[in-house]
Amino acid sequence: MTQIQDQPVPGKTVKTSVAQRLGRPSMLSMLLRDKFATVAAVILGFVLLTAAFGPSLMGELATNQDLMFMNKAPFDPANGWAYFLGSDSLGRSMLARMVVATQTTLLVAVPAVLVALFLGSLWGVWAGYHRGRRENISMRLADIIMSFPSLLLAVVVLFVFSPSAANIVLILAITRIPIYMRTARAESAELQSRTFVDAARTFGTKPNSIIVRHVIPVVTPTLLTLATLEFCFVMLAESSLSFLGIGIQPPDVSWGLMVAQGRQYLQTAWWLSILPGLAIVITAVAANVLAAWMRIATDPAQRWRLTLDKQAKKDLTAVIKDAK
Amino acid sequence: MLTYLRKRIISSGLPLLVVIVGVFALARMTGNPAALYLPLNATEAMREDFAVRNGLDQPIWVQMAQYFGGILRLDFGESMRTGESAGAMALRAFPATLQLAGTTMALAIVLAVIVGSAAALKPNGILDRFSSFLSMTAASIPDFWLAIVGIWVFAITLGWVPTSGVVGMAAWVLPVATLVMRPFGTLVQVVRGAMVSSLSEPYIKLARAKGATQYRVVGAHALRNAAAPGLTVAGDLTVGLVNGAVVVETIFGWPGIGKLMIDSILQRDFAVLQACVLLTAVAIFVLNILIDIGYALLDPRVRPSAGARKRRKARVEHRGQQNGPKAPTTPTTTGSAATAVLDA
Repeated sequence: MTQIQDQPVPGKTVKTSVAQRLGRPSMLSMLLRDKFATVAAVILGFVLLTAAFGPSLMGELATNQDLMFMNKAPFDPANGWAYFLGSDSLGRSMLARMVVATQTTLLVAVPAVLVALFLGSLWGVWAGYHRGRRENISMRLADIIMSFPSLLLAVVVLFVFSPSAANIVLILAITRIPIYMRTARAESAELQSRTFVDAARTFGTKPNSIIVRHVIPVVTPTLLTLATLEFCFVMLAESSLSFLGIGIQPPDVSWGLMVAQGRQYLQTAWWLSILPGLAIVITAVAANVLAAWMRIATDPAQRWRLTLDKQAKKDLTAVIKDAK
Repeated sequence: MLTYLRKRIISSGLPLLVVIVGVFALARMTGNPAALYLPLNATEAMREDFAVRNGLDQPIWVQMAQYFGGILRLDFGESMRTGESAGAMALRAFPATLQLAGTTMALAIVLAVIVGSAAALKPNGILDRFSSFLSMTAASIPDFWLAIVGIWVFAITLGWVPTSGVVGMAAWVLPVATLVMRPFGTLVQVVRGAMVSSLSEPYIKLARAKGATQYRVVGAHALRNAAAPGLTVAGDLTVGLVNGAVVVETIFGWPGIGKLMIDSILQRDFAVLQACVLLTAVAIFVLNILIDIGYALLDPRVRPSAGARKRRKARVEHRGQQNGPKAPTTPTTTGSAATAVLDA
């Protein structure tokens, strides 16, 4: 951006021409311009669809035991499509089990992220806007939550309450609230000293209205990007808890739990641990890539990168080269 | 420096206290240890005797008072499992975790600075795209899965390294390689982002115009200004590692604080758990001070927020300058803490 503005005449012509050609770009067109982000979005969409509709199609198959098909290796067409990803020690289809596990995994990760995002952001924005004592107390509380061993919390909930998915969501949400709080507080503390907030204050706008009208719209893109990254983290955290035996409990099944269950068969049937792990990695990478794209797409200073088509890119590089 | 330390201790003391009390209460919510330590057919008398011997028959506030009294005498109680002093057990496990965390972070920071700076030189170049994909993948791999794959490939199939243990250099390879992924991936992205923005600043142009070499421009001018965001993230990541890499320590049989903690949680060994939490909390407290000092050293601009300064100024004027520049401040952010360092 700065580079273009530094070039007096030619740079400006390129910029205006691009702007004329495209107008204000829609999110979809910006998404389609970035190939990595498009692939990531398609993968995440596929995972979501699998979670939504997969279990009703394959739920029966996932619990169907067939000792004739014990520990079958994956990618062998002779076993039929149900055993395309192999089978476990009880002869259950890995494919079906992974589809069912997708739903469990997402039903923990998505609500946990949403709850933490909502509570943490509002609290952080509020604390950052008012500063002073409210900010102090809130941030100390965040420190307390952050320094608490989350594993202990998980075990306590497991013993005291039932080890259900809802309780895991609760734990993951509570332990991740400070992340949003810190970011939201920092941004809103910076924003409240800006002139446009000052102006609103001078006109007598009430603090809550300023927060809703002027602060939240500015911090939302950052927080949404953070939430996409956090989705990745929360999914990994749930897998870790399940792996340690204090997360999702059998007969329910999540990707992390499948990795843990397959661990003892590592030498004889590698696919039992490796394939669910791969599912975690692919989903997490997709979320990460999409977050990186969102960071650019929601940043007004960087958005132009995603609005250029091939011809404009060529023009731009030529201009920059000429200027050098 | 003393002013800063005093403020820091006051502001961190309360959270520390809450955490210790919270852990004390939460640990007792996990269930009665008698169910784990006594045989199933234990008589009522045996159970009572067990409770009396471990002080569990007292009301919880009496237990807590005894515990805090013990802390003042540096007595953290005894392990129910081994009868050993809990403080000694935690202290013995801690160096293993610290060594692992230190090696991992050192490796992650060095690698991330090299890869991140190289990527930032040509934004959206081939190297940049490759390194951003690499770092994203590295940050998204679940550590337990990577550990399992590592054991499967390098320990079982190839036999290059042992599957677990701490003896010899080879035993360090897999745990460090597993742990380094997430800090590395996260830091590369932070370093790259900070370097891209700092390389486009006017002072970089000035440095180049002076005729400074590429190495000096990147290594001295840009990197120093890009270091502050890196430090924040590196600090958070180190805190996570010092807390104990529970999963990795469990899989590789690493005798660190994380493994001790999860074992004592699952075995309801309250004294050991409390000692572990207290030790890591103190270590993180020290670490945070070091990070704050690092901030102040790196960036002399770190100052309390404009709002706080304005308010303080108004207050000072209101009091007719009687308090002078030493007007009471509110130590909230790292900024104010770091200024305190500079003031002291």
